[in-house]
Amino acid sequence: MNILKTTALVALMGSIAIPAMAEQRVLKLFTDASDPAPKAAFEQLVKGFEAENPDVKVEVNTFDHEGYKTAIRNFLTADSPDLANWYAGNRMAPFVNAGQFTDVSDVWEENALKDSLGSALKSMTIDGKQWGVPYTYYQWGIYYNKDVYKKAGVEMPKTWDEFISNCKKFQEMGVDCLTTGTKALWPAAGIFDYLDLRTNGYDFHMKLTSGEIPWTDDRVKAVFAEWKKVLPYTTKNVAAIDWQDAVSNIVQGKAANYVMGNFAVATFKDGGMTNDTLGFMDFPTINPDIPRAEEAPTDTIHIPAGAKNKADAKKFLAYVAKADVQTKMNEELGQLPINKNSSVGDDPYLQAGFKILSTADGGIAQFFDRDAPAQMAKAGMEGFQEFMAYPDHLDAILERLEKVRQRVYKN
Amino acid sequence: MTVSPAMSEPRAETGMPAPRRRRLNRKLAPWLFLAPGVLMFLIYVLIPIGESMWISFFQWDGLSAKTWVGLSNYLELLDDDAFYTSLKNNLIWLVLYMLAIPFGLFIALFLNQTVRGIRIYKSLFFFPFVISQVVVGLIFSWFYAPGFGLFFELTKWLDGTGIAILANPNTVTYGIIAAGLWPQIAYCMILYLTGLNAVAPDQIEAARLDGAKGIKMLWYVVLPQLRPATFIAVVVTVIGALRSFDLVSIMTDGGPFGSSRVLSYYMYEQALSEYGYRMGYGAAIAVVLFAIMMIFISGFIWKMWRDERGL
Repeated sequence: MNILKTTALVALMGSIAIPAMAEQRVLKLFTDASDPAPKAAFEQLVKGFEAENPDVKVEVNTFDHEGYKTAIRNFLTADSPDLANWYAGNRMAPFVNAGQFTDVSDVWEENALKDSLGSALKSMTIDGKQWGVPYTYYQWGIYYNKDVYKKAGVEMPKTWDEFISNCKKFQEMGVDCLTTGTKALWPAAGIFDYLDLRTNGYDFHMKLTSGEIPWTDDRVKAVFAEWKKVLPYTTKNVAAIDWQDAVSNIVQGKAANYVMGNFAVATFKDGGMTNDTLGFMDFPTINPDIPRAEEAPTDTIHIPAGAKNKADAKKFLAYVAKADVQTKMNEELGQLPINKNSSVGDDPYLQAGFKILSTADGGIAQFFDRDAPAQMAKAGMEGFQEFMAYPDHLDAILERLEKVRQRVYKN
Repeated sequence: MTVSPAMSEPRAETGMPAPRRRRLNRKLAPWLFLAPGVLMFLIYVLIPIGESMWISFFQWDGLSAKTWVGLSNYLELLDDDAFYTSLKNNLIWLVLYMLAIPFGLFIALFLNQTVRGIRIYKSLFFFPFVISQVVVGLIFSWFYAPGFGLFFELTKWLDGTGIAILANPNTVTYGIIAAGLWPQIAYCMILYLTGLNAVAPDQIEAARLDGAKGIKMLWYVVLPQLRPATFIAVVVTVIGALRSFDLVSIMTDGGPFGSSRVLSYYMYEQALSEYGYRMGYGAAIAVVLFAIMMIFISGFIWKMWRDERGL
C-alpha cells in the first residue's frame, strides 16, 4: 500500500513541479506535517518567513505522516526539494552517509546556534558537522491516573523500589500497575530506554545503541532484571494491543501508569481525562549515582544535497532556529521549543516536560529507534516485545540481538 | 492460393509481389496482436524478475551505491531464524488454506437447491469475498482483541483469563489463517456453484436409476464432472496462500516478535518497511519465494498443457 501511495505521490509531484513563472524565488519544502496541529504550525511558519522575505515564495508539499518515511527516500534521489523534514540522531545518519543532506555547519556558526540550540547539538552532529536545524521536541515520561493513585492511597514514587511497592497495592485493587500496547513495537522501547538510562546512564545507553557494547553484557542483563520486577504487574497480552487502545486502560482506571511521549496527552484528553485526573511524572530513579538523563525525540529540517535554492534554504533554517519563531511554532504544535531563549506554553505537561529536560544533566536521548540504526532498532524492539511476554527467553533474545549487532555495525 | 503469372504482372509494378506480402502478413499478424501483451509481460513481469535476481547479489540500501556481495545474502538466509519462521508459516498457510476447497464444496452443494430466497443466501455466503482483505483483517483483529473482542470475551467466560490469539506466538498464524479462510471459502464456493450448473442432469438421472445416492453419487458422479472447478480452486488457493500478505500486515505486522511472518511479508519488511531498506536481502527472499511458487506454477502449466493435448 505504501509503495502505491509513494508512486502516486511521486507522479503527482512530477506534474506539479513545473517551475512557477514569477520573479519571486521559489523555495520547495516537503513536510510530513499531515496532522492538524503540525499542519497549522507549518503554515504559520511559512507565512512568517514569507513576510520577512517578500522575494521568496515557499511552496509546501505535505505528505501523509507514515508515507513520508518511504517517500523521502524516493524524492531525495529523484526530485529534491530545497527543504525536507526529518528526525535527529542516528535516524538521519543513512542520508548523511549517502551524501543526501547538505552540511549546514555554517548556518550554525553564523547564527550562534551552538549556544541557543545547545541541547540538540549532539544529536545534530555527525563527523563534527551539523546537518540540519531542530525546531521541536517533546518529553517522555510516566503518565498516570491521579484518581487511581488516590484510591490506592499511595505516594508518588521517587525511586524504582517505591514504584514496585506501589504496584503491589495496585494489584490488590485489581488494577494493572503499568500498561502499554506494543503492537507497533516502539512503545516497549520507551520502557527499555528509561530503564537503561536509569540503570546505566546516558553514555552507556549511547554506546549500546551505537553498537559498542555487546547485548550479552552483564550491565544489559541488569536492565532486564529491573524490567522483570514490574512484569507481573503489567497488563497482559500487550503484543496485540495498539498504544491508543492501551490509553483507554488508564482512562477507565484499569491501569495506573503508562510510559509514553507527550503526544499521547491529546489521546488521553479525547478519552475524557483532564488536567485534574491525568498526571505526569519523571521516570523514577534506579541508581542514584547516575546523572539524570531524559528521552526527547527531536524533529528537524534539512537541506537535501540536490536542492536548487540552497541560499534561501539556509535563510529559512536560520529563521526556524530563532527563539520567537520556535515559541510561536511550538505553541501551535503543543510541544517544546529547542531554542533556550524561547518560552513554553502554560500547559502543565509541557511545563513539567520543560522542567525535567532543561535540568537533565545526564543528557538527552532521542529514542531507541532513532539512536540505534534501523535494523538494530527493529530487532531490539521485537526482543523487548518477546521479553515482556516470555521473560524466560531473555538469554536467547540477547544472543539473537548480539548476532544482529555484529552484522549491522560491521559496515 | 496460387496466383497466375498474368495476374502478378501489373502488381509487380507496385514494387512488391502480393504472395510474399501476404505470406509476410500472415507471419507478422499474430506477433503484432501479441506485441502489446508481450511488451507488458516483459516490462512488468520478466524484467523485474531478472532485476530482483540481480539485486539479490548486492548489498544495497536504495540510496548509496550497490556493493557486490555474491551469494552472501543467501548464505545469511540459511542462518536466519526469522526466515525459517516465515518458511514454516508459509507451509502452514499452504496446508490449512486447502481446507477452503472442501468447505467451499460443501457450502456449494448445500446452496445448490431451489428454495425461496436462495439467491439471498447465496449472496450472503459470497459476501466475505466481496469485501476487501483489509476489512476482513480489521474485523478479525477486533474479534480477537484482548479487552473488548468478542472471541476474547467468549474464552474469558469459558476459562477465566481469556485467550489473546494474536498475542501468542503459537496461535497467531492459525488466527490469521482462519481470517483468510473466510473469504477463500466463499471464493471456492462460487467456483463450485458455477461448476454444479454444468453437471449433466441426465448422468445424475442415470446414476439414480442405477441406485447411486449420497456419498457414492457425490464421489463417482458429481465430483468427476467438477474436476475443472476443482483445478481452478486449487490454483487460486495455492496462490492465495503463498501471497498472503495483506492479512498479516493488517492484523499483526508480522508480530508478536515476528512469529506470524510469511515470506512475502518478511521480504517487504526487509526491503521496503520503515526499519528495512536491505534491498539485496529482500530480493533474495523474493527469489526464494519465486522458486517455491515456480514449483506449483510449473505443475499447473504442465497439467494444462497435458489436458490441452488430450492426454
